[in-house]
Amino acid sequence: MKSKDDFMLDAEGLYKSYRMGESEVRVLKGVDLAVKRGEFLAIVGASGSGKSTLLHILGALDRPDKGIVRFEGRDLSRMGYGELNRFRNKMVGFVFQFYHLLDELSVMENIFLPAMAGVSIIGWLGWRRWARRRAGALLSQLGLSERAEHKPYQLSGGERQRVAIGRALMNEPRLLLADEPTGNLDSGTGNGILRVFEELHRAGQTIVMVTHDERIAQKAGRIITLADGKISD
Amino acid sequence: MYKIILAFRYLLKRHISYLAFSAVALCVFIVVVVMTVLTGLVSDFKQKNHSFVGDCVVGTESLVGFAYYGDFVKILDKEDFVEGVSEVIKNYALASSHGTGESISFEIMGIDPVRHSRVTGFAQTLHYRKNSVSSAFEPIYDSNLSGCVIGIDRMLLRDFNGRYSYEAVPNKIALAVSCFPLTATGALAKAGAGEVNTKTFYYSDTSHSGLAHEDFSLIYLPFEQAQQLCGMAGPIKRASAIHIKFKSNVKLETGCKKVALLWESFKQARTGEERADLEKVTVQSWKGYRRAFIAAMEKEQTMLTVMFALVGVTTVFIVFVVFYMIVSHKSKDIGILKSIGASRSDVIGLFSGFAFLVGLLGSGAGVLLGWVFLLKINRIEDWLYECFKFQLWDRTIYVIGDIPNQIEFRVLAVIVVSAIVACLAGAFVPSYQAARLEPVEALRVSRL
Repeated sequence: MKSKDDFMLDAEGLYKSYRMGESEVRVLKGVDLAVKRGEFLAIVGASGSGKSTLLHILGALDRPDKGIVRFEGRDLSRMGYGELNRFRNKMVGFVFQFYHLLDELSVMENIFLPAMAGVSIIGWLGWRRWARRRAGALLSQLGLSERAEHKPYQLSGGERQRVAIGRALMNEPRLLLADEPTGNLDSGTGNGILRVFEELHRAGQTIVMVTHDERIAQKAGRIITLADGKISD
Repeated sequence: MYKIILAFRYLLKRHISYLAFSAVALCVFIVVVVMTVLTGLVSDFKQKNHSFVGDCVVGTESLVGFAYYGDFVKILDKEDFVEGVSEVIKNYALASSHGTGESISFEIMGIDPVRHSRVTGFAQTLHYRKNSVSSAFEPIYDSNLSGCVIGIDRMLLRDFNGRYSYEAVPNKIALAVSCFPLTATGALAKAGAGEVNTKTFYYSDTSHSGLAHEDFSLIYLPFEQAQQLCGMAGPIKRASAIHIKFKSNVKLETGCKKVALLWESFKQARTGEERADLEKVTVQSWKGYRRAFIAAMEKEQTMLTVMFALVGVTTVFIVFVVFYMIVSHKSKDIGILKSIGASRSDVIGLFSGFAFLVGLLGSGAGVLLGWVFLLKINRIEDWLYECFKFQLWDRTIYVIGDIPNQIEFRVLAVIVVSAIVACLAGAFVPSYQAARLEPVEALRVSRL
């Protein structure tokens, strides 16, 4: 039997609704969830079931209307702005369906962007060498060494998603959150991305992945289904 | 660090940045050119007035002048803060050319040319006697004749460049100058008899002060002769004004205050009628003395400054609109940055840095363009005149030589700082608005 301390992330009674014109859409209706250290969890559900909303709340990109999210025992809602920024920068890495890379930066710069965002200019001077080495290693690991100086618009979809993974891993986060990472890719390229996730998982990375595709979810160690704003199993 | 990199990339990679840059550069260019020309015109006009008057004037508007001026001149001559003193007769006269017989009204100024040149820029306004001002009233063609210096626009015509065509030697022109001599109480001194004093003077030189009114309607005469013509050379001699120049280390206000105190005690020392005669005399700085002329010009400058302040407000609005568009298009980037831990202040800092770069480079380009344009402005005007007969100011009408193009670095600094502040102000609202969004909101919306 595992104790609460074994969970890296746990959420209790999460509620979230949005206004859509005059009406209110209730997306999450009391979600409870726990993620163990080193676990590869897939959240599946139909389109509009609230998967992405849940992932955003788990990664502190959004706030729940009600409920608690704890990361390593710390309540995210009790964190100040500065702490939340540090949490997003150091503890969690996000991979989005549409990559969300900065077009003005090269592949290399996109990857070490989180390292730059976390420190001041003076701090960056000290970190720069480490950041370049780390970014170089990630590029090599993700098969992007030849693309380091390219701009995102010069890359294929799969390459862009690998850059996004590299950026998410730059600061060695304890938790990797992926929102439909293969949703915008053909199956061959998508499988390549999943292989990257599997390798990361084997190396001990905790991963929470959202997908609507049961076949892709099979790659994860555990699958939960979100339906009508609740975990259904 | 990424803020600096991204700010530069936004500037270089986004076409809309060039729009913001161009808007700032254009506004700065216009303001630099107009403010330089306008400031140049106003300061040139003030400088000419200062040069015409000296630093301080003790005088009266009354046509009968005031007595005991000589005693006060002696007091002033002894003061260590005074550089020079010049007593002056001012009055109106009719002058008729012996050739044409036509009478024209003039203002006359009786001066001692040497003393007056120590106080004012009189010597520099001359053409033939510029380097021998003591001979200003001695015509080159016959130094025994009684000469007069005439406002240049009465004697010579200007070409389209504002240049005068001087003869090698002034033409021998005789002018009969007639005044109505007045008594100390203002009555006609020669009532019933000939009524006017007339004396013939010969054109000896022109005076080009650069002041339209003076250059068109003023005749300088020798002091004693003007005094006699105006009836001020009685047993108690009178003058219209005493012009004073202070030593270079004396501030204008300080010097004027000292003269006022001296005048007050000089006046107190007189009694009865003598004192009443001096009551109408005032002590004024050159600015006060010429305020009727300067105030109009300053009012124009103030109006134009207000208008350009409105241009500045428009610039802020343009920059605001441009930045609103830029930040709106960058909402995805803001979401990305916030998702990797960028703070609100980081987002505001990024767009403020971008705005600063636009302001700095835009105003730099505007200043550079303005500087080059001002360097060539007179050539451009000449070219426009030669090709299209267009002149900014018709030099045959306006007393303007070259268009002023001396850039004042203080003005430039104010313009550049204002442009940067305008950019920062224009960028602040949209970037603050963007910074307040939750990361997921910024990622979700395509426009703010």
